[in-house]
Amino acid sequence: MGLRHIDGLRVGVFTAALLPALWLGYAFFTDRLGANPFEALTRSSGEWTLRFLLLTLAMSPLREAFGWRWPLRLRRMFGLYAFFYGLLHLTTYLWFDQFFDWPEIGRDILKRPFITAGMGALLILAALAATSNQAMMRRLGRRWKPLHRLVYPAVVLAVLHHFWLVKADLRWPAIYGIIAAGLLGWRLYRRYRRRGSPVVVRA
Amino acid sequence: MLIRRKSDLTEADVTDPAWYARRREFLQGTAALLLAAGGLRPAQAGHGGRALQYRPRPDLAAKDALTDFSDVTTYNNFYEFGTDKASPAELAGRLTTDPWSVTIDGEVARPGTYALEDILKPHGLEERIYRLRCVERWSMVIPWIGFPLADLIRRFEPTSRAKYVEFTTLYRPEEMPGQRRAVLDWPYVEGLRMDEAMHPLTLLAVGLYGEVLPNQNGAPLRLVVPWKYGFKSIKSIVRIRFTEQMPQTTWHKAAPHEYGFYANVNPAVDHPRWSQKRERRIGEFRKRKTLPFNGYAEQVAHLYAGMDLRRFF
Repeated sequence: MGLRHIDGLRVGVFTAALLPALWLGYAFFTDRLGANPFEALTRSSGEWTLRFLLLTLAMSPLREAFGWRWPLRLRRMFGLYAFFYGLLHLTTYLWFDQFFDWPEIGRDILKRPFITAGMGALLILAALAATSNQAMMRRLGRRWKPLHRLVYPAVVLAVLHHFWLVKADLRWPAIYGIIAAGLLGWRLYRRYRRRGSPVVVRA
Repeated sequence: MLIRRKSDLTEADVTDPAWYARRREFLQGTAALLLAAGGLRPAQAGHGGRALQYRPRPDLAAKDALTDFSDVTTYNNFYEFGTDKASPAELAGRLTTDPWSVTIDGEVARPGTYALEDILKPHGLEERIYRLRCVERWSMVIPWIGFPLADLIRRFEPTSRAKYVEFTTLYRPEEMPGQRRAVLDWPYVEGLRMDEAMHPLTLLAVGLYGEVLPNQNGAPLRLVVPWKYGFKSIKSIVRIRFTEQMPQTTWHKAAPHEYGFYANVNPAVDHPRWSQKRERRIGEFRKRKTLPFNGYAEQVAHLYAGMDLRRFF
C-alpha cells in the first residue's frame, strides 16, 4: 500500500484489527488464558482468521447493497489480516501442538481431513497475500482477478476445518457456515441474475 | 566431526520440567514487573470447600506433580453446563447437591433409591492421586477423595446376570443450562464392564484436594477410572444400574466411530481426527508421551488380554 492509501478510516480499522492479537499476547504473558493457554491461543487465532475471512467477503456485498465506497477500501486489509491471524494459528499448531515434528505434521496433513482443509486454506491465503500489492496486480493483469477468486474455496475450506474439529457442539461452526453460505450465495445469485438479464445496466 | 548420540533423551531432558512447573511463578513475576499495579494474587491455602476426613494412600499416589487446584476447578468438560471449559466453573454454583439421592436398580439384590448419606455412610474415604487423561489430548494429576466402587457394588449384591454397570448423571435443565440444548442425548450415561467396575483402582469420588467436590468437578458423587479417557469418569451420578447388556453410552451414541465403550487410554489407537500419541499436561509447555492405559497397564492390562484393542477402542 502506498502512502496515498493512508487515511483515518484505514488507520482506525488497522489498529482495531490488531487488538485481538495484542490482547492475546498480553493475556498470554499475564496468565489470563486459563489452564491451557496454548490451546486457547490456537483456538482464538483460528477463530479470528475465519472472522477476518468473512469480513473480507462481506465488503463487496456491502458496497453493492448500500452503494458505499468505503468497504472496498478495507477489503485488502481484511484479507491480509485473515492471513496474519492464519499465520499465527499455523505457528501455534506447528510449535505448541507438534513441536516442529515434521514427519508427524506430514502424517497429520495427509491423514486428518480437518488439518488438510486448514492447510489448503492457508496455502491459498499465502498466495493471495503475496499477490495483493499494486505491483503484483499490474504484473498479473487480467489473471489477477481469477486468482483472487480462490478466496472462495479458501473460505469453504476454513469453515470445513472448523466444522470437522468440533466434538459435539456445532453451534459456532454452523453460524460461520451460514454466514459464509450467505456471502457466497449472494455472489452466485448476482452472477445468475446478470446472465439472465439481456441488458446489464450498472450505475 | 559430527557426534551423534543415539537418542536416549526423554522430553524431560530437553527442557527442565521444574522450570515449566514454575511457569506461573515466572509469568506472574514478569507480569508484576510489567504491571506495577500487579492484579495477580498468590494462591490461597485451603480452597473454601468443606474439608473431608480421609486416609492418604501413598501406595496409590502418582509420583507426578499435582495440577494446580485452580486449573483442576476451572478447566472442565461438563457439557451439562456448557461445551466450553470455563462454563462449568461459572455456572455450576447453582446446582443443588443437597439433598441428593442415588437409585440403584437392575440386576441387583437390594435395589432402591437411597439418600447420598446412606450410600456413603459405611465407606471410609481415602486420598488417591491419579492421572486423568482427556480424549482431547490434555491431562491432569488430581488428588481425589473417595472409596472403591467395588465396595459399594458388593454391598448391593448384584445378581449373576449383572455383566455391566451403567451410570447416569442428573438431568435437571433448570440448574444445568447446557442440557437445554440437544448437544448430547441427555441424560449423560456411562458404563463399565463388571470386572472394570470391580477393579481396585476404580474410584467413586466425593472430593478433591481434601475438600468436597466442587460442583464443576461432578459433585456430589462421581466416577474416576484413571486408565480410561476422562469422559468415562461420569459426574454427578444419580443412578447406578446393573445390566446384562452393554450400556449405550452417551459419547458412543453421539459418534460411534470416534468413542468406543472401552475408551482405554491408548497411544497406539488414534482418534479418527487426531493422534493420541501425546498429551499436554496442564501447566506444562512440552507435550508428554501418552502411556498405554494412562500408565496403569501393569494393574489393568490383564482385563483386556486377548482383546483386539483397535476394534474395542
